[in-house]
Amino acid sequence: MTDQTSTPTAVSALDAAPPRPRWQVILIRPETMTFVLLVLAFIVSSSISPYFLDINYILSSFTLYAEFSIVALVLTMVIIAGEIDLSPAANMALSACLFAWTYQATQSMPLAILVGLGAGIAMGAFNAVLVIGMQLPSIIVTIGTLTLYRGLAQIIAGDQSIRLPDYFIGINNDLWLGVPVPVIIFVVVTIALAFFLGATIWGRQIYQIGTNEVAAQHAGIRARRIKFMLFLAMGFASAVAGMMTASRLGSVRYDLGLGGELQMVLMAMLGGTYIFGGRGTILGTFLAAWLLSVISTGMLTAQWLPATQLCVLGLLLIISIVATNLIYSRTQR
Amino acid sequence: MLKRHLLAGLAALGLAATFATGALAAHDFKVVYIGKNTGNPYFDSINGGFVDACKQIGCQYEFVAPATAEATSQIPIIEAQIQRGVNVIAIAPNSPDAMNQVLDEARAKGILVLAVNGDLVGNESHRDANILPVDFTKTGPNQVELMGSLIGYKGDIAILSATTEAPDQNTWIAAMKKTLAEDPKYKDMKLVATVYGDDQPEKSTTEMEALLSNYPDLVGVIAPTTVGVAAAAQVVQQRGIADKVHVTGLGLPSEMRDFIKDGTVKAFQLWSPYNEGWLAAYFADGVLNGTIKNEVGTKFDVPNLGSITIGDKNVMNTQAELTTFNADNIDQFNF
Repeated sequence: MTDQTSTPTAVSALDAAPPRPRWQVILIRPETMTFVLLVLAFIVSSSISPYFLDINYILSSFTLYAEFSIVALVLTMVIIAGEIDLSPAANMALSACLFAWTYQATQSMPLAILVGLGAGIAMGAFNAVLVIGMQLPSIIVTIGTLTLYRGLAQIIAGDQSIRLPDYFIGINNDLWLGVPVPVIIFVVVTIALAFFLGATIWGRQIYQIGTNEVAAQHAGIRARRIKFMLFLAMGFASAVAGMMTASRLGSVRYDLGLGGELQMVLMAMLGGTYIFGGRGTILGTFLAAWLLSVISTGMLTAQWLPATQLCVLGLLLIISIVATNLIYSRTQR
Repeated sequence: MLKRHLLAGLAALGLAATFATGALAAHDFKVVYIGKNTGNPYFDSINGGFVDACKQIGCQYEFVAPATAEATSQIPIIEAQIQRGVNVIAIAPNSPDAMNQVLDEARAKGILVLAVNGDLVGNESHRDANILPVDFTKTGPNQVELMGSLIGYKGDIAILSATTEAPDQNTWIAAMKKTLAEDPKYKDMKLVATVYGDDQPEKSTTEMEALLSNYPDLVGVIAPTTVGVAAAAQVVQQRGIADKVHVTGLGLPSEMRDFIKDGTVKAFQLWSPYNEGWLAAYFADGVLNGTIKNEVGTKFDVPNLGSITIGDKNVMNTQAELTTFNADNIDQFNF
């Protein structure tokens, strides 16, 4: 947000073209496109199935996507900083397995939660050491750790599921003012991170690192430290998401969240985050998570063929990437 | 005269029509079958059973399946079906426990939940009943009887199985040995070897060839696995010894069709997935209309299947014995 509003001042200071009208600044943004697509998705979903338009159903369906969505919010910041993390879904599985395994061994829920969160942060730190400490490309490192974490989860859990106690099960059925708890957590995290990224000095530094890391370092920004923290945050968010998934399913298996990393990247891209870093917003990812949930739920309720559903999601991603690129090249180059 | 008959006929037709619609209303429930994944011919056959049964009963039936068979891929589909207001969810579960919560939610809304062709092992309380194709204790004796009928109940036979640890196969082989030893009908049949092809075509072929060279008097091979029976048939076909060595076992009609057509294999067995769909629809109809009590020990009649008994843990089998496929009926099956 802040880097966007500063652009007109910079331009006028150079005495170039007059500042763009405010309506144009608001309209020509990737999030606006995501929002329009979301409205369209609501209209289309309601028209293809008479069962879709039911606020309780839409909210409870979102609980299936809430865990990935929460991690996608943090992932958005990692991508803006010019890195990527493809290991969060595997992290979710391994931290949830360790959490359930500890509970089973000790019957102590606080200890189990501590172990789960600690494991998530440790996995994030391991990624960070390889990417930042050893200067390796994050895409390769996290493809490696995605396989490693999933493999470790399978070693711990085997082919069995680990049961959880009844009181821990069913976070998605807990309502607060009629809204499922996972949805509330997602909204709260969105507000917190949007404030952090859009209105704090650290948020602005993340954008600067992603735009030009060398220049950012010369300007005195501790790029390595900030990126390290972002990977730790990824680990923490993944562990929380893993436990939320465990609560929703009632048991933990090594294949928990399988393939989730692609959905998370999809949400960030749909929300207008620029894959090469420097651009993107939390609001965009927030809208994209709802877009993905609404479209998928709509097509499922209308009983479209799985192949058709995949084609629609693929087309959507391509449209959004083309549009994002066009918008950025027109407004900021 | 003619006119009066016609009028009477029309009146009768009208009566029949009112009666039919009246009957339809009670049976007009919505049932959905959720398969493991799309593009699986085995499920097309179960699907066919549902379609035909619902045509008879008058229910509305739909088939849906996720793109992949991973543990949680069926959850969003179940949620969508609850929202669509179906009365019956039949499912081939992709996981024994990942769907516990969402299935409970469905049952809390009054939906009848049936596991069809697979069960929630260890989590039976999260579904109402389970429909399996066949009572697996009959597989061994059925296979021995089929082999006996092919070779005139006389001569050396061998077994070509899957892996040494395969639990189903090992249960069936133990039952075959017991049947051969205890039933005097089979006293002239001698089991000379049991070999393992690991459910790999190459290894199964090698093992089959080794059997033929090691036991020149061999007259029959039972392969209670779809990979093994196809590999064994292939060897017999290539060597042209179908009149000397009889191959049978558990096979898929789609894979065995050519061997049946050219006479390499006279007959083999499996169960009919079609009947699972058929039974599930009739069972659902009975439970929803109060004519079938979903309790262990209940007996009820199903058209074409005869009397069905609800067994331990509310499990039902569509057939007591395996279905035998031969040149006469193979074209009716497409899975």
